[in-house]
Amino acid sequence: MTTAADSLVRVRSMKFGFGPKVIYDGIDLDIVRGKITAILGPSGTGKTTLLRLIGGQWKPDAGSIEFDGINVHQQSRKQLFELRKRMGLLFQTGALLTDLSVFENVAFPLREHTTFPESMIRDLVLMKLEAVGLRGAAKLYPSEISGGMNRRVALARAIALEPDMIMYDEPFTGQDPISMGVLIRLIQGLNRSLNLTSVIVTHDVEDVMRIADYVYVLSGGKVLDHGSPAEVQQSKSALVRQFLNGEADGPVSFHYKAARSYADDLMAGRE
Amino acid sequence: MNFFSPLTDGLRGLGRATLFLFTILAGLPEALLRPRLIFQQIYSVGVLSLIIIVVSGSFIGMVLALQGYRTLVNFGAASSLGVLVALSIVRELGPVITALLFAGRAGSALAAEIGLMKATDQLSGMEMMAVDPIKRVIAPRFIAGLIAMPLLASIFSMMAIGVAGGHAIGVELLGVDDGSYWSQINQAMHGADIRDMLIKATVFGLAISWIAVYQGYHAAPTSEGVSRATTSTVVVSSLAILALDFVLTAFMFH
Repeated sequence: MTTAADSLVRVRSMKFGFGPKVIYDGIDLDIVRGKITAILGPSGTGKTTLLRLIGGQWKPDAGSIEFDGINVHQQSRKQLFELRKRMGLLFQTGALLTDLSVFENVAFPLREHTTFPESMIRDLVLMKLEAVGLRGAAKLYPSEISGGMNRRVALARAIALEPDMIMYDEPFTGQDPISMGVLIRLIQGLNRSLNLTSVIVTHDVEDVMRIADYVYVLSGGKVLDHGSPAEVQQSKSALVRQFLNGEADGPVSFHYKAARSYADDLMAGRE
Repeated sequence: MNFFSPLTDGLRGLGRATLFLFTILAGLPEALLRPRLIFQQIYSVGVLSLIIIVVSGSFIGMVLALQGYRTLVNFGAASSLGVLVALSIVRELGPVITALLFAGRAGSALAAEIGLMKATDQLSGMEMMAVDPIKRVIAPRFIAGLIAMPLLASIFSMMAIGVAGGHAIGVELLGVDDGSYWSQINQAMHGADIRDMLIKATVFGLAISWIAVYQGYHAAPTSEGVSRATTSTVVVSSLAILALDFVLTAFMFH
């Protein structure tokens, strides 16, 4: 078990729902400093929601979320913004500003939050772009580069302010094997070289298991299992095993629940 | 479904929009410190609307002159053509038609742009980078609409009365005396007329910008949501312009 000093993010008895729909029913979760934590779970379990909750965009109905010992949801808007400068969130789409060039996108947080002279901003942006291998694309616009490159630019932008933590929302979805490999290498490399803490939300089990130090499996508003990738793979939970092995049928049924049986449904058409 | 629900929904929407306006107003001082962002927006809502405003102003002035001349000439009052054109344009058509065109050209574009920024997580992304989208995106666009509208209405009126429009048809084509065209305008039109036009245009500008940024910011983050926000912007703005015009005219008419 981790101690308070080890974990950068501590989620305790957190409950959250959209109206009557319960997304989280009292979960505990720790994101350990300097490590890569993967959060796995079937689609619709609210993995992205968790990142938005940690980022303070949404407020839990009960329980607490702490970032570096600070309760995220008890901050004023100004304090929350200060806190957010220490965490980066990489959206699934990249969320680049489409009216700005790649260079200006990476420069955006620097221009907004620092008073660095133009020459320094230029150097910093080029360094960040070099780190993700896209210095050559600095003058292009987001619409002119591929989806994978969009995500790499977003990553360069996320590390521009040198945050303590980066949260990745489904970074591998829709990527070809090459750009997937590039992203995996980048996430791992940046985590080590910048001494970051990384949180990856995904359902690409195989790829993330290779780089994660710790894994949480979520489903139905609960933490089903957590531990090192090797521990989770030996999970006692049938649902976790079904998810990790990608079996079509199991505790999560192949069939969507119907009001009446198959035979009844077929017979009903003859009446 | 309750009998009163359309009414309560409408009131709720109005309440939300009012709160949103207060949030924008609170963000104005910071936005004003970055004039470059405002100039960029004035270019996109104002300068890019110029062609439609100039062309419409010219045609409306020309039509007014043709119609006015046919009636006035029966009474031997064709020399008053300038007054007819000028007062109709400055008091009513200038601000109202400019506003309707502005809602269609710039208001819809604003709502669609902001709605798409929301749908593609650009606004959320900004928030997560500790940048307030209200101050960075919404406020500059709101101010730009407010500044652009009176300028566009003035340009529309100038086109309709003098540069092309009424003058071209009345004086150049139908042979009304140039001197009496202008001198009658000079006598009949007062500073108050121009002031009232600018007040109307500013109020319409405020209404359109407010409606457009509200609709865009609160659009459902889907293609259907963005399309609905764009349509609502044009429909609600047009109705608001006509209703506000009546109220403002009633106050100015004494």
